[in-house]
Amino acid sequence: MHELSIMQSALDQVLDQARQAGAARVHAIRLRIGALSGVVPDALRFAFEALADGTPAQGAQLVIEDVPARFWCAACHQEFEAARMFAECPGCHRPSTELRAGREMELTSLEVD
Amino acid sequence: MCQECGCGLPGEKPVGISAHHHDHDHGHPHHDHGHGHSHSHPHSHGEGEHQYTHSHSHSHEHGEHDHAHGDTIGQHRVLEVRQAILEKNDRLAERNRGFFHARGLLVLNVLSSPGSGKTTLIRETVRRLGQRLKTAVVVGDLATDNDAQRLRESGAPVVQINTGTVCHLEAGMVARALKELDLNGVQLLIIENVGNLVCPASYDLGEDSRVVLLSVTEGEDKPLKYPPMFQSAGVAVVSKIDLAAACDFNRETVATNLRRLAPRAQMFEVSAKTGQGMDAWCEFLIQQHQAVKARDPLGA
Repeated sequence: MHELSIMQSALDQVLDQARQAGAARVHAIRLRIGALSGVVPDALRFAFEALADGTPAQGAQLVIEDVPARFWCAACHQEFEAARMFAECPGCHRPSTELRAGREMELTSLEVD
Repeated sequence: MCQECGCGLPGEKPVGISAHHHDHDHGHPHHDHGHGHSHSHPHSHGEGEHQYTHSHSHSHEHGEHDHAHGDTIGQHRVLEVRQAILEKNDRLAERNRGFFHARGLLVLNVLSSPGSGKTTLIRETVRRLGQRLKTAVVVGDLATDNDAQRLRESGAPVVQINTGTVCHLEAGMVARALKELDLNGVQLLIIENVGNLVCPASYDLGEDSRVVLLSVTEGEDKPLKYPPMFQSAGVAVVSKIDLAAACDFNRETVATNLRRLAPRAQMFEVSAKTGQGMDAWCEFLIQQHQAVKARDPLGA
């Protein structure tokens, strides 16, 4: 249920940026959401529909890029994508304590006019 | 100007995107007619028509945005932002962290499903630590101050945060609660989050470590069901261990699941009720506080 407040934060940033740029309308919003961010993209879309109503972002396309969880294996000197979120190197099966990507919740860019 | 794409009217001179201020109602769909974004104008501004004067000033404005924010795709401008959505919370969390560091406080963010035994564990932890580690507690719930009352039985200063409908604590709520808390002589601050294994995972409060509880009644596969929370844990506490046999709880399975998902996390098995495992848990907190005290307050 926290997707609603996270989407509200994102929308506040979107509208701020649009206002500063003197834009009248927001046409597209791009987000990056990590697999370990604790946020469900579908729930974000649902929240966006509800929150954007009546704002310059109403009807904007919401593009969500999923960022997979990636860890660093210090033994194999390589990054690996976590299968089932397991921090376990597929090469040597050792656990990794270094998360390199997957917690992102980022507003990447907007399209406005 | 055209509300659809910011272009000029069809057939007009190509000018900057937000060039025209006269109102018109021509509702055409998005179209690509390659109007320029050049800011040079062949006409003379001094004697230009009203419309051109506007063009000039707005074109400049557009030019600035263009340089500051990036490219133009078709009729739309692209604004590069690259900002964390919870940037405001993250900033407040860093402010809390600075405050905690300056005071030499060890700060724990305690998280679990509702009913895993957070309040009981904290109450018994405070009792056992006594004067060895003076503790204060901030506790979050949607409603009631029942938990605060239970925690006060331990003798610790306690502040209750009621979040209303909000399913997690945020850094700003903690900052406000700290103003009501007497931190004189306090060495350990325990923040009991709202009972919820999903939402609080996204919010940094400025803590040193996250302590995630899992009671034996919840099943060994709980970490697999809630990866973001368990992955972020610095400590995993298996609680109500006195009920393990009654629940057919397999300790090896949960240990394996935690190791695969959260190899960083230190594991403890405790029963706040019988005291099993509580000595090791309290010793660990005292050691952690020693490490915090040895930390350079400037973060070097």
